[in-house]
Amino acid sequence: MLTKTTKIREPFGDRVLLTCIYLLLGTITLTVLYPLVYIFSSSISSPDAVVGGRVWLFPVDISLRAYESIFQSKQLMMGYYNSIVYTVFGTLINLTFTVLMAYPLSQRSMPGRNIFMILMMITVFFSGGLIPTYLLVKNLHMLDTRWALWLPGAFSAFQVIIARTFFQSSIPLELQEAAQMDGCRDIRYLWSIVLPLSKPILAVMTLMYAVGHWNAYFDALIYLRSENLFPLQYVLRNVLILNAADPEMLANTAQALRDKGFEQVLKYALIVVACVPVLIMYPFVQKHFVKGVMIGSLKG
Amino acid sequence: MAQTWLKMRRSWELYLLILLPIAYLIIFKYIPMFGVIIAFKDFNVIKGILGSPWVGFKHFENLFQSPNFPVLIKNTIIISFYSLLAGFPIPILLALALNEIRTGFFKKSVQMITYAPHFISTVVMVSIIILMLSPHVGVVERIFTFLGLPTTNFMGEPGLFKSIYVWSGVWQEMGYASIIYIAALAGVDPSLYEAARMDGASRFKKILHIDLPSLLPITITMLILSLGNLMAVGFEKIFLMQNPLNLSTSEVISTYVYKVGLLGANFSFSSAVGLFNSVINLLLLIAVNAIARRVSQNSLW
Repeated sequence: MLTKTTKIREPFGDRVLLTCIYLLLGTITLTVLYPLVYIFSSSISSPDAVVGGRVWLFPVDISLRAYESIFQSKQLMMGYYNSIVYTVFGTLINLTFTVLMAYPLSQRSMPGRNIFMILMMITVFFSGGLIPTYLLVKNLHMLDTRWALWLPGAFSAFQVIIARTFFQSSIPLELQEAAQMDGCRDIRYLWSIVLPLSKPILAVMTLMYAVGHWNAYFDALIYLRSENLFPLQYVLRNVLILNAADPEMLANTAQALRDKGFEQVLKYALIVVACVPVLIMYPFVQKHFVKGVMIGSLKG
Repeated sequence: MAQTWLKMRRSWELYLLILLPIAYLIIFKYIPMFGVIIAFKDFNVIKGILGSPWVGFKHFENLFQSPNFPVLIKNTIIISFYSLLAGFPIPILLALALNEIRTGFFKKSVQMITYAPHFISTVVMVSIIILMLSPHVGVVERIFTFLGLPTTNFMGEPGLFKSIYVWSGVWQEMGYASIIYIAALAGVDPSLYEAARMDGASRFKKILHIDLPSLLPITITMLILSLGNLMAVGFEKIFLMQNPLNLSTSEVISTYVYKVGLLGANFSFSSAVGLFNSVINLLLLIAVNAIARRVSQNSLW
């Protein structure tokens, strides 16, 4: 019963299965890709082509007027500016708090570290809920200030666990012993040795937190009232979902374009503009975040 | 004892570091948890949480007697179970399929493309849904017309709301959710595959007898976590997808809490609704965890 070599390695059944797998993955990928391509194509097509149903996949009669009027809209540019401010400072606060929490938790020598861990994990399963949190923010006089979008979510327990696991598993203990021999204490060690060695995990956390801030609208919805504080997502919701288009946004464009068709193209363009910052970051950190999720999930 | 004290003194810098995050947890997490008592009080803005009078279970009784209550519960449960049934197995399937093909351009592209929608914001996601499904100009409508199917106002049809919500969620999250299973499969001992190949196992048998059992522990963990969150259906997306036409099937507990509590300024009643929801979630989590421990020795605690 000796089998012959090489050619029989992939029996018929296996080849059928493999073909099915390729077909399945191909279909899934196309299904995910199609709406994204369609939206991009529509955003740079002429309003006539979009409303007339001539855009199926590739852009028809390329026109960038929708993008021009977006960049001329004060409301949208204000939203863009606010979102950048919320994202940059919010992410900085998040990273600081996460490291301050995760590093002590990673030190086995610290008495009481389990108590701190439990204190944090309880908040994952229990929370005060919407109303008590809102009342707290109100009592702290943070309503309608940028702080309401920064402080209530200063760190996530999930990210702390990922960072802690990284500190424990990827930084050799010998380094710390050597540093301690030389008289290096915890804060100095964290700053000069641990953080420079943790760039991959810091990159993952930056991406996760930054995307979170960039995409958030709910906090703005409940905590903010002043128009000049609204982040982009909140402005987008008003324009895209509530159809409360800003007349100014269309005003600078020729009268002939102020019809339903142009509004439609404008909406597609807005979607693209809202996604651009995340899309720019995405390829750079994609490798890292897969690793980050794995560190966080497997060794927890 | 003395030794612990010495250790604590030696760790003073660590305590200094952790001071800020712990203060944050106490102020922003534990104080609101304590604030839940307003569900048992008639909250008065001037008197504050502590000064308002106790009313016992009045708000809970109001909730249970409210004609909205059965509808809210029904919608919440159906949407959660539907999401779980559709959304849970697909990432596992995707991970198994990806695991079968060798690393290369195709595999990398599939992963890169399917992960991407996870990073789209809820506002943009809902806008995409509305634009693509809009009557007359949406691409889905045109495809329907092309195929000779009747035209439908998708977002205005109460019967379609749940399917649109669930399947758009699958579209957005399946790739990203598969990462954790891909990671688990990457950790399988290669000698198992070699042994299987020696014994003449086909690819399918290999998936059945090696891959699936290796995924079991992480699958159970993920299942417990999602069952524990069963009643916590996402507020943001449902809220944004709601319109007066589909409200009969789209109103869930979390959107109701927001509307009654913050828009209607009925803080106490709304907190009672929220608390009721969290208690159910917690009971579910404990129950599922207990079952999982009995059946499979895999559990969260």
